[in-house]
Amino acid sequence: MSEEKEMKELIIQGAVYQTTFTRKFEERIKWEAPNINMLYSFIPGTIIDIFVKPKQKVKEGETLLLLEAMKMQNQLRMPFDGEIVKIHVKKDETIPNNYLIMEIKPKK
Amino acid sequence: MEMQAKMGKLTARERIIALLDKNSFHEYDLFVEHSAKDFGMESKVLHGDGVIIGTGTIKSKPVCIFAQDFTVAGGSLGLMHARKITKIMDHALKMRVPLIGINDSGGARIQEGVNSLAGYGEIFFRNTLASGVIPQISVILGPCAGGAVYSPALTDFVFVVENISKMFITGPSVIKSVLGEEISMEELGGARVHSEITGNAHFFAKTELECFEQIKTLISYIPRSNAKKALAYPPKPPLKGKKIEDIVPVDARIPYDMRDIIRTITDGSEFLEVMELFAPNIIIGFGRMDGETVGFVANQPMVLAGVLDCDSSDKAARFIRYCDAFNIPIVTLEDLPGYLPGVDQEHAGVIRHGAKILYAYSEATVAKVTVILRKAYGGGYIAMNSRHLRADFVFAWPTAEIAVMGPEGAANIVFRKEIAEAENPEEMRQQKIQEYKEKFANPYVAAAQGYIDEVIEPRDTRSRILHALQVSENKSVFLPSKKHGIPPF
Repeated sequence: MSEEKEMKELIIQGAVYQTTFTRKFEERIKWEAPNINMLYSFIPGTIIDIFVKPKQKVKEGETLLLLEAMKMQNQLRMPFDGEIVKIHVKKDETIPNNYLIMEIKPKK
Repeated sequence: MEMQAKMGKLTARERIIALLDKNSFHEYDLFVEHSAKDFGMESKVLHGDGVIIGTGTIKSKPVCIFAQDFTVAGGSLGLMHARKITKIMDHALKMRVPLIGINDSGGARIQEGVNSLAGYGEIFFRNTLASGVIPQISVILGPCAGGAVYSPALTDFVFVVENISKMFITGPSVIKSVLGEEISMEELGGARVHSEITGNAHFFAKTELECFEQIKTLISYIPRSNAKKALAYPPKPPLKGKKIEDIVPVDARIPYDMRDIIRTITDGSEFLEVMELFAPNIIIGFGRMDGETVGFVANQPMVLAGVLDCDSSDKAARFIRYCDAFNIPIVTLEDLPGYLPGVDQEHAGVIRHGAKILYAYSEATVAKVTVILRKAYGGGYIAMNSRHLRADFVFAWPTAEIAVMGPEGAANIVFRKEIAEAENPEEMRQQKIQEYKEKFANPYVAAAQGYIDEVIEPRDTRSRILHALQVSENKSVFLPSKKHGIPPF
């Protein structure tokens, strides 16, 4: 706190306060509503097999691909009856955490 | 040893000598050796098994100390190494003197297998038994990784030094191989990270010698054990500096540095801030008033408007419990707009974190004095040692505003209809804010209920706190008998 910090505005219950921010506050992750049509990786790893193609109709619970992480083969499954829109990964590709793997859409 | 010196590190023995009073150190178990027989260990001689233990004094106060020696097998912890540490821990607890542990170790001695794990467990158990009985201080002067980190985490105060201290459960190489995330040791678990981000460390220093000075100062403020009061020093007045009544702007939305207020109250304007870099929206630390140690908990309007959030609640709650365990009266200086809004806060558990501060204040039986300087809104008002949590004395400045929320928020809710139906809503809003301000933004509504004992002039703050502490000298309250409570974690 010895360094001079820039004054910022923080609004709490309608009142605008002059104050400074902490590094932790500025680096906080902004929350976004999850989009159920976007499938993201929940762990970094390697795509070892893909079982579906774009425009393919898939039933709830069907395995879409295998993601190997920490020596475990994780099955990524279809969360609802629907269709594959776009696949963003290739076989043998290594991906980080929270990476967009696939776009899907529910059955009409 | 040369490698150590290049990194700005002293040897274990140099550290002890630099920290303790001159010629006061007495070493024990110098001739202890390991008894491991596997993996070629039988032919290795490790002097003192990589740790130095003993007793000595700091500012003439007795302490027990151990220091791991990185130059002997990387300071690794084997059975005899752990036995030496637990021996000095038992001694500290039995003799009721503070324990200081200097950590500088590569971790468990793999060659000794499960015996080294047993060693850690025995240390953790003693840390827990001694908690709240004797002060326990951890000094991280090198690596402290894996299970080893939990001993410091169980102690009262953790000291770290820039570029020297490294603490983590899993190191950068494991993180990289498992998760693919690349990070340096310093960024993962360096001194600054633990002081600013994680809250694992309480004191940050640039050099080892600066760190030792901090420890000596801390020792001067705290009692030897929970059965004693901290030693009193000769009383002295605050330095003549800024006048207390000139520091706080009347407009509650304009900040100031709360530490300036503390310095107008404490003897010699001295204040030892604890966890200065972590959650700086609340200030905790020790000062003296008329020679006696006082613990301060104060909102800092300069950072995040002084709000309570997950981190600041954790920080204050643990400090309150520390003061309560060691017979240190608590002075609370209040100026906050409430809790920090945000999805991240809610999802991080601001409910259970915020509850800790309520729990800690309610449970504390030491003298508790509160001064409300300006804002005291909503849940924040209750949490900051209000009358309702059994504050002994609550004072308010004439600028205090005790209300469910600030005038801006309140007017929007109370006069929603009038504002919406007005020809000029903004003008009506301002008018209603003013109306609410005049009616509620003052200390007198709360004073009329007896929630505030007295409205005081800012310049009388020190003398009123002093008197309150004097009157509370023999305070005695009885809590319902129980094994222990179940505080929110």
